[in-house]
Amino acid sequence: MKIAILINEGPYTHEATDSAYLFARAAIEKGHQVSRVFFYHDGVNNSTRLTEPPQDDRHIVNRWAKLAEEHEIDLVVCVAAALRRGIKDENLAPGFRISGLGQLIEAGIQADRMVTFGD
Amino acid sequence: MSEGQIKKFMYVNRKAPHGTIYALESLEVVLIAAAFDQDVSLAFMDDGVYQLKKGFNTKGIEVKNFQPTYRALDDYDINKLYVEKEALEARGLTQEDMCVPVEVLSRAEIGKLMETQDVVLSF
Amino acid sequence: MLHIVNKSPLDRNALDTCLATAQPGGALLLIEDGVYAATNGNAAAGKLKQAMGQMKVYALKPDLEARGMADRALEGVTLVDYGGFVDLVTEHATCQSWL
Repeated sequence: MKIAILINEGPYTHEATDSAYLFARAAIEKGHQVSRVFFYHDGVNNSTRLTEPPQDDRHIVNRWAKLAEEHEIDLVVCVAAALRRGIKDENLAPGFRISGLGQLIEAGIQADRMVTFGD
Repeated sequence: MSEGQIKKFMYVNRKAPHGTIYALESLEVVLIAAAFDQDVSLAFMDDGVYQLKKGFNTKGIEVKNFQPTYRALDDYDINKLYVEKEALEARGLTQEDMCVPVEVLSRAEIGKLMETQDVVLSF
Repeated sequence: MLHIVNKSPLDRNALDTCLATAQPGGALLLIEDGVYAATNGNAAAGKLKQAMGQMKVYALKPDLEARGMADRALEGVTLVDYGGFVDLVTEHATCQSWL
């Protein structure tokens, strides 16, 4: 199946992005396709290349980028939410792209399932 | 999945306005969604019913007043707005307090409506 | 329909609203802090047991384990891993996250 994911919260403060990542990874292991992960509200903070978490803990931004690269997942950051929170191309982590809310709707139309992770 | 496919999208709002940004940003999603010609419903449950309480005056908290945008939804053919009956009652609100025309449904009725949707988005 | 609740029942009313809204025949999956509802002695345990009469109730085991509560899981709740979470999403036509 084609599964799309919506993430409403940023890294570390909420478990949302962790749950979403582990879900996405499991979906891929089961042979499904994770077509798009859309980052909205504070979720856009999952895409900044400036994070420096402690070395002995998971690197949330990087592992999303790695999973996306290995499995061709489209990581989309909402432009309006990103601008509000200071996420722009100049501080965007590799593997993510900034685009409009239409990408969220399109993901919902094209995927077989859509799951929301948030607060 | 072919072009021109119409899916039923339901947007569920359960949070009060202003204390968090979810009310405003979910409204922005709905407006964009209007361009996709899908079958759109909005459900306001729990504190989400407060989003439609008429008469926002945001001058004192110095934030943009986004309530007029709810009235613009009709211009985009988004007019299936459902408000939870039990939530209104628990908050001392009535249908007359709402800033736009809404249909008041019980939780169970909203639940039945949810079952018929293709995509349910929560904010 | 699959209902996903991720907040603790004593912190938010998400579980209450979910249970009052959900139609019989669906499934409830508790994840993140929502898993506390599925533990012995939690104030929501009674509600959850009642809900089991109308729907299947699941809890994400890794979240219970992380919270040191896996050995106190309520009887009748099916524990799943992330693979099981994926299966629940694909088995139900649609899902709602009660945030």
